[in-house]
Amino acid sequence: MKLPRWFHQLGSPPYVYRLAERLSPWLGWSGCLLIAVGALWGLFGAPPDFRQGEVYRIIYIHPQTSYVGMMAYVVMAVAGAVGFIWRIKLAHAVAVSAAPIGASFVLCSLITGAIWGRPTWGTYWEWGDPRIMSQTLLLFLFLGYLALRASFEDRDKADRVSAILAVVGVVNIPIIHYSVEWWNSLHQGPSITRLDEPAIHASMLVPFLIMVAGFTFFFYWLLLNRLQGEIVERERDARWVQELVSGGRP
Amino acid sequence: MGAFRAIVLRDLRVAFRRWSEVANPFVFFAVVVALFPLSLSPSAPELRSIGVGVVWIAALLSSLLALDGLFRNDAEDGSLEQLLLSPVPFGVTVLAKIAAHWLVSVLPLVLLVPLSALSFRLPASGLPTLAFALLLATPSLSVLLALGAALTVSLKRGGAIIGLLILPLAAPLLIFGTRATDFALHGEPVAGPLYLLAAMAAAAVSLGPPAVAAALKVGLE
Repeated sequence: MKLPRWFHQLGSPPYVYRLAERLSPWLGWSGCLLIAVGALWGLFGAPPDFRQGEVYRIIYIHPQTSYVGMMAYVVMAVAGAVGFIWRIKLAHAVAVSAAPIGASFVLCSLITGAIWGRPTWGTYWEWGDPRIMSQTLLLFLFLGYLALRASFEDRDKADRVSAILAVVGVVNIPIIHYSVEWWNSLHQGPSITRLDEPAIHASMLVPFLIMVAGFTFFFYWLLLNRLQGEIVERERDARWVQELVSGGRP
Repeated sequence: MGAFRAIVLRDLRVAFRRWSEVANPFVFFAVVVALFPLSLSPSAPELRSIGVGVVWIAALLSSLLALDGLFRNDAEDGSLEQLLLSPVPFGVTVLAKIAAHWLVSVLPLVLLVPLSALSFRLPASGLPTLAFALLLATPSLSVLLALGAALTVSLKRGGAIIGLLILPLAAPLLIFGTRATDFALHGEPVAGPLYLLAAMAAAAVSLGPPAVAAALKVGLE
C-alpha cells in the first residue's frame, strides 16, 4: 500500500511548522469567537435553571474544561504511542506540547468545580466525590508525566520513557474513572452524553455545545502554538530554523 | 519455563544475601502503622474506623521502598543487560523478576497487614477477607511498582519520582481493597470488589510485563 504524500509530510518539522502557522489563526479566532458568543448567550440569553437558579450558568465553563483536560490526555497518549511505535519525533513533540495545557485545564476544572460546589453542595471540596477524585488523579498523572520528563537529561530517552507512562495511564483512566464512580457519589450524572435525548432543554444546550466547540478550538490553537515552540527548540541546529530566527522566511 | 525458574531462584538467592535491605520496608511499615495511633486518639472505636485505610496505605508506601532490588542493582552491575541479550524473551525475564520481588518483598505484607489490623481492634472476622484482598491486589501492585522502577532505572535518583508516578495509578487497588474489607466487617457480600481486584490482577500480569520490558529497554540504551 502506498501512503499518500501528505502523510509523509506530516513527519517533516518545517512542513508541520508552516502548517501550524497557517492553521493557528483560524483556530484561534474561531475559538475566541465561539467562546464569546457562547458565553454571552449562556450568561444572558439562556433561561435560569428551575432548581439551581442563576448559579447553574457555570455549566458553560466547568464541563468544558474537564472535557478538554481529558481530551488533552488522550492526545498526549496517542501521540506518545505513535512516536514510540514508529519513532516519529514530531509525535513526541505533540505529546510534550499537550501535557502542560491538559494539566492547566484539569486545574481549571477543579477550581471552577469548587466555585460551583460552594453554592450548590455547600462545600468547595468534597473528598467523597468520585468526579473530583478522578480529576485530581488525572492532574497527578499529568504532573507525574511532566516530572518524569524533567528528570531526564537526554530528550530522546525522555520522549520514549514518558510515552510508555502516558500509554499505561490511558489504560488506567477508565479504571480510575469507574472505580471512583462506584465508590460513592454526590456529583450529578451525565446529562449530555446519554444515548436518549439530552436531559437539558435546547435553549440551554445550544450555548453549551457552542462553548464545547469553542474550548476545543481554543485547545488546538494552544497546542499548535506550543508545538511550534517545541519544534523550533528541537530543530534549533537545522538551517531552516536558524534562517527563521534570524529574520528570513524558511 | 526453565529460564523463568532459574531467574526466580537467582533473585531469591540474591535477596536473602541482602536480607537487611529486604527487611527495611517491613520495619518502615510497622513504624508508619504505629504513628497513626500516636497522632490520632488511641480510643478503640476511632482506631477501628480508620484501621483498614491505615494498614492499606502503610502497605502501599512501604512497598515503594523496596524498589531498588528490583532492577537498579542488576542494571548497575550489568547483569540486566546480559539477561536482555540472552535468547529468553525479555518479557519472561521481566515477569520472573517481578515474581521473585513479589515473593520476597510483597507477599510478607499479606501476613503482616492482617496482624497489624488486629492491633487496630478490627474484628477477626474481617481478617481472612483482608488477607485475600491483599493477595489479589498485590500482583497488580507489583507490576505497577516494576513499571515505576523500569521507567526510572537510568536515573541516578529515581526514588522520589516513583511515588508520583505509581500512587495515582494504584488508587483503584486501594479503593477496591478497602471496600472489600469494609464489606466483610459489615457482614455484606464481598465477592464484587474481590472479582474486580482479580480482574485487574489478570490484566496487569498479562499486559504489564511487555510495557515494563519496553521501558527497561529504553532505560538500558
